[in-house]
Amino acid sequence: MKIAIASGKGGTGKTTVSTNLSAYLASLGKSVVLADLDVEEPNSGLFVHGENKFTIVANKMVPRWESKNCTYCGDCADVCNFNAIVALSDEIIIHPELCHSCYACSELCPTNSLPMKPERIGEIKVYETKNFDFIEGRLDLGQEMAVPLIAQTIDYTDKNYPNHIKLLDAPPGTSCPVIEASKESDFVILITEPTPFGLNDLTLAVETMKVLEKKIGVIINRHGIGNNSVEEYCAKEQIPIIAKIKNDKTVARCYAKGELIYPKIEHFKESIEEIVRFLEGLQ
Amino acid sequence: MREIVIISGKGGTGKTSISASFAYLEGSNAVVADCDVDAANMHLLLDADFSSQEDFYSGELAVIDESKCNNCGKCKEVCRFDAIEQKDERYVVDKISCEGCWYCSRVCPNDAITMVKQKAGDMFTSNIKNDSTMVHAKLGFAAENSGKLVAKVKQEAKILALKNDKEFVITDGSPGIGCPVISSLSGANLVVLVTEATVSGLHDLKRVVKLLKTFSLQAVCIINKYDLNVNMTKDIEEFLIEENIKVIAKLPYDETFTQALTDAKPIVEYNAKSHLSTMIEKSWKEIKEIIRSHY
Repeated sequence: MKIAIASGKGGTGKTTVSTNLSAYLASLGKSVVLADLDVEEPNSGLFVHGENKFTIVANKMVPRWESKNCTYCGDCADVCNFNAIVALSDEIIIHPELCHSCYACSELCPTNSLPMKPERIGEIKVYETKNFDFIEGRLDLGQEMAVPLIAQTIDYTDKNYPNHIKLLDAPPGTSCPVIEASKESDFVILITEPTPFGLNDLTLAVETMKVLEKKIGVIINRHGIGNNSVEEYCAKEQIPIIAKIKNDKTVARCYAKGELIYPKIEHFKESIEEIVRFLEGLQ
Repeated sequence: MREIVIISGKGGTGKTSISASFAYLEGSNAVVADCDVDAANMHLLLDADFSSQEDFYSGELAVIDESKCNNCGKCKEVCRFDAIEQKDERYVVDKISCEGCWYCSRVCPNDAITMVKQKAGDMFTSNIKNDSTMVHAKLGFAAENSGKLVAKVKQEAKILALKNDKEFVITDGSPGIGCPVISSLSGANLVVLVTEATVSGLHDLKRVVKLLKTFSLQAVCIINKYDLNVNMTKDIEEFLIEENIKVIAKLPYDETFTQALTDAKPIVEYNAKSHLSTMIEKSWKEIKEIIRSHY
């Protein structure tokens, strides 16, 4: 089973829920793997404190120009729909950061002068903790496209943990990165807070998940602040509320230090247990 | 015209509450740009009226004309995005996976595939509180290219600022370090980093600061929720000293942030006399002094 943990708005508690839920499920003896797909700003590792077993370099394929047989016909630049190639009369310039790896320039080049070569975009780091594994995708600074790395991190997790419960800590927002992280999941948990910002971004995330035809449920974090508008919205849209995590500054303090929360705060543990019961009901 | 971009790396640090407060304080002397187009929120605090709307087109989608298709499968063969599926012996395009690269369309022997421009979102220009103007956007559901939409929002805000002789563009940036945030930062005169005193806050701040260096951008920092963990605040301050980034304010963990936004108001409007508002006002003054002394 593969569960994405997402949210429209950042800072609502995705990482808190992902890390605590993974650790708690593992403590019950379940086979769990957690993948941090927030590759621009991966944070789960700060809370799971694993040992880095190994690191895989993540590449994307981009064309590399070989001048020897090039006739400077310019077809490559014409077929590139992402403006990643500029063809001059004596040079072909490639902008790898704009390349989507569609292979059109390479395979349509009449003289095979643009072979596809791997270029580093980031890393996939594999960690072991006391009772579960943790996979982190980490985008190199200056790289603009998170999607290929997210896809590779999911692939790695799928291949190496076929029978595990897979929890995916998704990036925030509603655009390409979160879609890549959610599209193959069996269920998407959306985490929000009961404020107008939370509601606004939850609505966007729900609409996105509808387009993806995903089954969803909502966790309300910092319950007790703000207002009831998120609960009213969920009732109207018939979206199950999986748990309401109480607003509590001591939770924020644990988070600030990089600690797991459920072993220390009872009401938080109860919320995690509620989430587990909900997920068991799905199977 | 000078552009100030407020970014945070990590979400939920108070970036939008602070940006909206700056916008409220400056009023008609600034144009506001909400570049967090994935999850735009500033309009909720500044009472935006969505007075004008413009479609935003970006990217294309392959469409197969069944009457011309002879089922050769060449399109599926060349597609690197698994966007062409075989259903009931016909080839169909998966709209979500299609990247709009044109490869299938170019190799189709029967010219059965056309590329159709996609509407990816809406851009709005609004009148907002305190007689000011805001440019903001809404990305389409499951749409791509938020970076391009960010660039468009910024461009429109700058044009309005120049045309109407405004001193500042106040830009609420996107989270992360990827394409939308890189677009948010381009052309900034000063970057305001908003972080929080948590392990994630420091981690994400470090990544964003490295990114700023590659663009040689000058920055100042506001540490929010500094009292959640004073040791973490110290670590953040030490890091910022090394990076030559000035801390212009340390704000306490304060639920007024939430109360103000629940009331759809920037903090400085919700309770103008509070300690928090005074500090935000002082920060804004300092930001303006820094920017005026540099240019």
